[in-house]
This record gives sequence, structure tokens and C-alpha cells, in this order.
Amino acid sequence: MNDHFGPKPWHQTNWDFRAAFNFIFGGAGAGLLVAAAISGGAGTALRVEILLGLALIGAGLVSVWFEIGRPLRAMNVGFNPFTSWMTRESFAAGLVFVLGLAAAWFDSQPLALAAALGALVFAYCQGRILQAAKGIPAWRVPALIWLIFTTALAEGAGIFVALALLLDTPARGVLAYFSLALIARALAWSIYRGGAAKGTVRAALTVLDRAGKVLVQFGTIAPLVLLLVAWFVPEAARIAALLAGLAALATGWQFKFALITRAAYNQGFALPHLPVRGTR
Amino acid sequence: MTRWAMVADLRRCVGCQTCTASCKQANATPPGVQWRRVLDMEVGEYPAVKRVFVPVGCMHCEDPPCMHVCPSTATKKRPDGIVTIDYDLCIGCSYCAVACPYQARYKTDRASFAYGKATPAEEQGYDPKRLAVATKCTFCVDRIDAGLAKGLKPGVDPEATPACVNACITQTLSFGDVEDPHSNVSQLLAENQTFRMHEELGTGPGFYYVWDKKEADA
Repeated sequence: MNDHFGPKPWHQTNWDFRAAFNFIFGGAGAGLLVAAAISGGAGTALRVEILLGLALIGAGLVSVWFEIGRPLRAMNVGFNPFTSWMTRESFAAGLVFVLGLAAAWFDSQPLALAAALGALVFAYCQGRILQAAKGIPAWRVPALIWLIFTTALAEGAGIFVALALLLDTPARGVLAYFSLALIARALAWSIYRGGAAKGTVRAALTVLDRAGKVLVQFGTIAPLVLLLVAWFVPEAARIAALLAGLAALATGWQFKFALITRAAYNQGFALPHLPVRGTR
Repeated sequence: MTRWAMVADLRRCVGCQTCTASCKQANATPPGVQWRRVLDMEVGEYPAVKRVFVPVGCMHCEDPPCMHVCPSTATKKRPDGIVTIDYDLCIGCSYCAVACPYQARYKTDRASFAYGKATPAEEQGYDPKRLAVATKCTFCVDRIDAGLAKGLKPGVDPEATPACVNACITQTLSFGDVEDPHSNVSQLLAENQTFRMHEELGTGPGFYYVWDKKEADA
């Protein structure tokens, strides 16, 4: 008998929206720090962007703190840097906070760049956290690491570009970076979806496909069109950039929310053989 | 080197759930928490329907994903293969629960009892350390250690053997050292065809399922 027998997979009940918010806010905050650092900005704009990035990362960490069973032992999260990506994420977060606050305090570009490097590590750790969860087929796909990483960059760049409406007009280099992040995210989604096809249950794939469709149509194509409008129609540049940024952000968030709270089916149980009873 | 493992002979299991009841009694797990549970599966279509009962729980993996992801080092693997949780270190993040491919881990946020108020037996077994942290089958590690200290042999002497194995009415469950070629579990593995759950994931479960005799004996 080649078929596998067993109870169907069901959705995990251990991580809910509070865990999802860690990836949602943390990724966007990390991406914003990266965009702010490479934009070459300074002064109030840089400070606001860095502080908003840190606030987002902090909000994500506070959210997950509300989910853990023993919040007063939260410091124990740092005990296993040898194998746990959650520990490494916490270390990266600490580094980002120290460097980010220093960059904001001293209005320092080099420190902002150092904080951005920490933010890249933080976003990478988030991808690895999910990928190490072997119990959830939709998460353990290796390509998910780069999807989580690139969506963090795209979301952060989206916030940065949207903030330009309030602070300053983003340089064309930043718009190019934003475009690249959007394209990279769409590519990562495509590669991830190919990997997820193996082993992920149909119910999870249905959720992923719905969220992925939004990610591609409203989170990639629409923002790229809006950026083109911003490029060629200067009088519409600000509103187009704002909409592009918000679309990139919102679609990334909805994807991560769906990934963690809707598509996280386990593998269930499967028997490669049925027991042979009695005489043959 | 000792490597404790469990073998479930699926040909024998009748789904009586005595192992589940005995585990709950021995470990005082709250309602809804079953460190040892038995899946009741129906396979096929009428009239060719088969019913299969499959004991599951923590597989005490060779390469446990729960241990690798644990940020607090609460989950550890002993040299004898038993995967343990230090309730004083665990932060209850449930990362191990989503990393476990066998749905073997539980987290109970508040005390609960079968009939609302704790019965005397539940009071006796109640451990507040287990609230809001990850819990799972321990292979009755306390019984094993206490038994070994008395010179007993786990899997052979009931006092040193996991409660579910002792309680099994059909001898479906066996426990022993797979590194010892003369142990009961090694004999079972040598004489029968077996598989391990989700073996393709590379976790190396310490829980084997017997499904048929070896081809030569069949």
C-alpha cells in the first residue's frame, strides 16, 4: 500500500494574532530602518523614521510578550543563541535598539547604517523562526525565509515612501530601491509558492493563494504602476507615492497575518502502512 | 549507550485507551491534555473498512526540533534519548509546540479539573509549575530513574516502566533500550516490519510502529 493513511491536518492553536503581530510590526519596523539608513537622510526626518522603526519593532515584541505563558520570565528568551532563532532575533532586536537610539540621539548616518545592518539580521531571524517550525508545512518551506525578509524590506520601504508625504519628497534612488524590494518580494512569493505546493494541505494553499494574489496584484503591480505615475507626473507624485507605500505595507501585513493565523495547518498523522492482522 | 524507545504493535491495539487513562492518572494531566493518546482511524469504504488505532505522543526524537527552537533551553535531550522540559525555565512561548511535527506538546494557562473542583487525586498530582508552560510525555522519566537507582530494568520491571506500557491490556506498547540487541524492543524491531511517524522529516523518532512480520517470516 503506497497511500498514506491518517487523520487530516488541523490548524495549529498555539500562535495567534499576537505572534503574527511580531512578524507584522517587527518586519515593517526593520524594513523602515533599512530604508531610512540607505536614503542618506538626516535631521528630523531620519530621527522620525528611526524612532518609528524602533516603535514598530517594540510593538511586535510587546505583542508577543502578551502571548507567552510566563511573561515575567521573558529574559529567558536569550538562553539559547546556539540553535534558537528566537533567541537570535531577541539579540538582534537589542542591538537594533541600542544602535537605532544612538543614531537618533546623535543624528548619525554611520550609526543609522549600523542599526540597519542589525535590522537586516532581525528580519532574517524572523524568517528563520518560521522556517524552523517543522510542525507546520506552510512554514518550513526554505523559501519562506526570503519571503519574510523581502516583505520586511518592501513594507519598510513602503512606510518610508509614504512618510515622505509628511517629511520630504523621497529621492529617486529610494523609489528605485522600493521598486526593487517589491519585485524581490513578488519573486520570493513565487518561489515560496512553488515550494509550498509539496506537503502543504489544500486548505492552507487556498489561504496562501488568496493572500498571495493580493500580494501580487495590490502589493506589487499596483504600487509599481503608482511609482511610474509618480515618476512621470510630478504633480501627482506625492499622492501616488503615498498610495504605493500603503499598498505595499498593507498587503505585506495581510499576507503575514494569513500565513500565521490562517495557513498554519499541521501535518496531521500519516501511516505509510496499515497493520496486517489475522491470517493472509 | 542506552537509547530508550517505545514500540507500538499496531496489530494488537484495540483502542481501549487504557494507556491514555493510565497516563492521565500517573501524570495528573488536566482535562484536554493527553500526553499519551490513541488515534482512532477508519480507513476505506464500506464494506471494506478497516479500523486502526495508533498510540501517539512525544516521539523523543533523536534530533528534536522542539529542542533546537527552544529559546530558553528548557527543552533538553538526555544522553539516554529522553526529551525533557524544565518547567522552571520555560517561558511558555509555544515555539516548541509549532515546531513539533507530532502535536505532542500542550500548554494550559490556568488550572482546570475534570469536575470543576479538584478531586483528592487531582489535588495530589497538581503541580502549579506546569501552568502556562509547555508539557508533554516524559516517558515517565521519574519512574525510569527511580527504577534504575534500585537496579530495576525499564521495560521489564513494571516499577521502572512508563505507566502507559504497564497499563496496556494487549501488550501493544513495549519499552526498552534499542541499543541493547537483547532488549524486548530490539527483538520486536528485528522480527517485524516497522515505521516511524513522518520519518521523512529526519527527526529520528524514538517511537516505532510495528505493522507486519518481516517478509521472510510472513
